[in-house]
Amino acid sequence: MGLNSGRSFDFSTTRLDTLVNYARSKSLWPMPFGVACCAIEMMASYMPKYDTSRFGAEVLKFSPRQSDLLIVSGRISLKMMPVLTRIWEQMPEPKWCISMGACASTGGVFNTYTLVQGVDQFIPVDAYIPGCPPRPEAFIDALMLIQEKARKGQARSHEYTHTGALSTQDEDAG
Amino acid sequence: MIVHKQENHKLVLAKITTLAGSGLLSGPPVQDRCGFTLEIRAAAAFEFLRAVKQDPALRFEYFIDVTGVDYSTYSEPKPERFAVVYIVLSPLLGIRLQVVTYLPESHPQIRSIAPIFAGAEWCEREVYDMYGIRFAGHPDLKRILMPDDFDGYPLRKDYPLKGRGERASFPVYEATHGHTRNF
Repeated sequence: MGLNSGRSFDFSTTRLDTLVNYARSKSLWPMPFGVACCAIEMMASYMPKYDTSRFGAEVLKFSPRQSDLLIVSGRISLKMMPVLTRIWEQMPEPKWCISMGACASTGGVFNTYTLVQGVDQFIPVDAYIPGCPPRPEAFIDALMLIQEKARKGQARSHEYTHTGALSTQDEDAG
Repeated sequence: MIVHKQENHKLVLAKITTLAGSGLLSGPPVQDRCGFTLEIRAAAAFEFLRAVKQDPALRFEYFIDVTGVDYSTYSEPKPERFAVVYIVLSPLLGIRLQVVTYLPESHPQIRSIAPIFAGAEWCEREVYDMYGIRFAGHPDLKRILMPDDFDGYPLRKDYPLKGRGERASFPVYEATHGHTRNF
């Protein structure tokens, strides 16, 4: 945002897109899909010691229709994968996805007949967190990465480029 | 803490030997730290378990588990390839009972004990899911852990760890916004 600091008048100018993306990045509503031990670390991240409400992402919505950040924390079996894809499809766009931990990202140590070897085979993933399980710091790092993507209007789930009438004006040139 | 009294063990040993009768497969019941293990003919397992549950002096009425074993790669010779193990506990005596039955590879089927112990229903479904052992008289014998259309029985020793291509042939996600993600 182009905050005109140092000037005497009390207003600022920006593109509507920029403002909307800024608001989105500061108010991510996660849909926690916690199925294994990574979910414990995810929960720890929401607790006061690490406190993701500092990033505006503390409103855990257990309804996919009210959330815009899917956090896959844990191993996903072949039987569970249709459930996960259904939840992902139910989320309104724009939406992002964090693949938390080794199992969700690659299958981890469970290279077996029943486990999905990485959820990115089925749904688009914006941020991967390594670790088994990752520490809350790593989770917050991924959250900030998602914030960065939201601020820039990037999401792998779609190419959402709002070219609304209000945003196609002068600031593009400058 | 349950005190294991020696006279209880003697009572149980005598009773289960009598109840099993000619169904005993090899030798008398073996006593171990928590109770007794006995090998019994598959045809006699149902009636034996009902008898030890209803016997007023034994009351093995706490069902613990039904599990399966595939002995095809076991180091010691076993009567048949598959085994079904029933574990029950007597809260009255504080003694466990493991009932081992063997089933042939050609016809792995045994009578369901769900009519005796309702809790065995899902355990038997799991054994069916993992080993392909069928339970006659089971109210709803279908897979419990694997997808319904899964082919094969994963805990059999001849089943490969990484599966037979189920991971690759699994139906992929078709995005609603146009393109199909096919990996």
